[in-house]
Amino acid sequence: MQPGDPFSDPFTGEESGRSIIELRGISRSFGSQEVLRNVSLDIRAGETVCLIGESGCGKSVTMKIMASLMQPTAGKVLWNDVPIKDRTDEELVRDRLRFGYLFQGAALFDSLSVFENIAFGLRQNTTMSDKFLAELVTERLKDVGMSPASAHKMPSELSGGMRKRVGLARTLALMPDIILYDEPTTGLDPIMIDVINTLILKTRKRRPVTSVIVTHEMSTVRKVADRVIMFYPLSRLEPGQPQIVFEGTPEEAFASEDPQVSQFVYGEAGERMQELSLL
Amino acid sequence: MSSVPTPRKQSVVNAFGQLVIEFVQATGDLALFATSILRWLCRGLPRRSVVVECMYEVGVRSIPVVLITGMFIGMVLAVQGYQQFHLMRMETRMGAVINMALVAELGPVLAATMLAGRVGSAMAAQLGTMRVTEQIDALRALGANPIQYLVVPRFLSCFLLIPLLTVMADAIGVAGGWVFSTQVLGVDATYYWHYSTEYVAAWDVGAGILKSMFFGAAIALIACHRGFKCGAGAEGVGQAATSSFVLSFVVILVLDFFLGMFLNDIYWTLWPGPSSFV
Repeated sequence: MQPGDPFSDPFTGEESGRSIIELRGISRSFGSQEVLRNVSLDIRAGETVCLIGESGCGKSVTMKIMASLMQPTAGKVLWNDVPIKDRTDEELVRDRLRFGYLFQGAALFDSLSVFENIAFGLRQNTTMSDKFLAELVTERLKDVGMSPASAHKMPSELSGGMRKRVGLARTLALMPDIILYDEPTTGLDPIMIDVINTLILKTRKRRPVTSVIVTHEMSTVRKVADRVIMFYPLSRLEPGQPQIVFEGTPEEAFASEDPQVSQFVYGEAGERMQELSLL
Repeated sequence: MSSVPTPRKQSVVNAFGQLVIEFVQATGDLALFATSILRWLCRGLPRRSVVVECMYEVGVRSIPVVLITGMFIGMVLAVQGYQQFHLMRMETRMGAVINMALVAELGPVLAATMLAGRVGSAMAAQLGTMRVTEQIDALRALGANPIQYLVVPRFLSCFLLIPLLTVMADAIGVAGGWVFSTQVLGVDATYYWHYSTEYVAAWDVGAGILKSMFFGAAIALIACHRGFKCGAGAEGVGQAATSSFVLSFVVILVLDFFLGMFLNDIYWTLWPGPSSFV
């Protein structure tokens, strides 16, 4: 690997543990509404990190900033120690392809079939022949447990779980080194949640990928996470308190005596009931 | 029991200032959007299949509505003009007025209005939905540039196909006006065409077609910009579609006025008429 040549290295065993994504003092506002304030975190090669926290605390925004799909209001993002601002447009597009992004609602292109959705990134970025493309799409569909016959369906004909799996197949088609999952199990039944969790583990087993998962599902945290980072909404923070209120292993998260952490991981409303005047 | 806070009253000066700031921001944003379209146009076209599909949607599927409205406009002009011309015993001159109005103004404006309503609103709603459902982010994540993939084909389709739609609206309008005038109102067909060809020149037809290209560019620009800046949820998508049509319609009329004046100036500069010697 040459210095200043980001992502030119494969993610080998000796490289694992090195920070590949760094957020430094990230803030983000939408108009007058501040969502992130001075957030710093590292994602290390080969690990699976779960970002947890209440709805609206900025987890998905953080992930979009990580992939440079959204710009922070302040702070900087580094990929392999190089700030993304130092990259040209072409370098940014090339390096972003190292990221696979599974969107919350799968974000399948409505006007394209399942086949075209999965093949989209490959058509866009390679000169692969149609025959090879067809083989690859079939393989990716099998990877996520779907029949090759579903390739000709339109996204509107798929159930929520199938959409998520097609989204995952599309994400995996470009063989990304880093996969960002935005609430991959939200809205799914318990069996489908386990299917998605297993697919995440299977993907990781097959290739040494780095995974970041935004989730509210504690079964996902228990099953797949190496590390957990918990965000807290800015409106509820004590003055001077950092927005990341917990960082550690899943076991530490479940054993935490901090009420901010334990209430979330065990799903207890606590003082919120009084605040909402429901008691 | 807590009460709902009443919103603070804004002074007239504050409200005006806010409006001015919003207008400047929106105009600047639209200009930057237009610049990025031009930049991506220069860098190369997206896949042919994407452009062809878009052209089919914008061009081919707009033909029926343009033909129907164009024909009725031609006939309406004949109906409305006949009484006035008949009073002066000048019915045979109706052709000149109907055809001039059609090729210079009504044809291009009508085709553009139909395009803004049928295609522009749909584009804004489609792109708005893609934004709300993160499909635009997905495009970027998969290595495609949303401007190149989504906007450039729509812009090209509107810009290149609206002249053809205008020609169709002109032709069917002229035919509608002629059929109604000569077959229903009994105007003499020979004189009808004689005066039409005497007063309507190739310049008028060309100027109308040229104006339509500006209208097409404006419609695509406004519709795509509205879609890309769409607010959240169904309400945001609805607003994007509505504002796209309203803004496009206003811009079409404003552009029509200024382009009309500009093209007239050019005409009189190139071919000075008797009035310039007065």
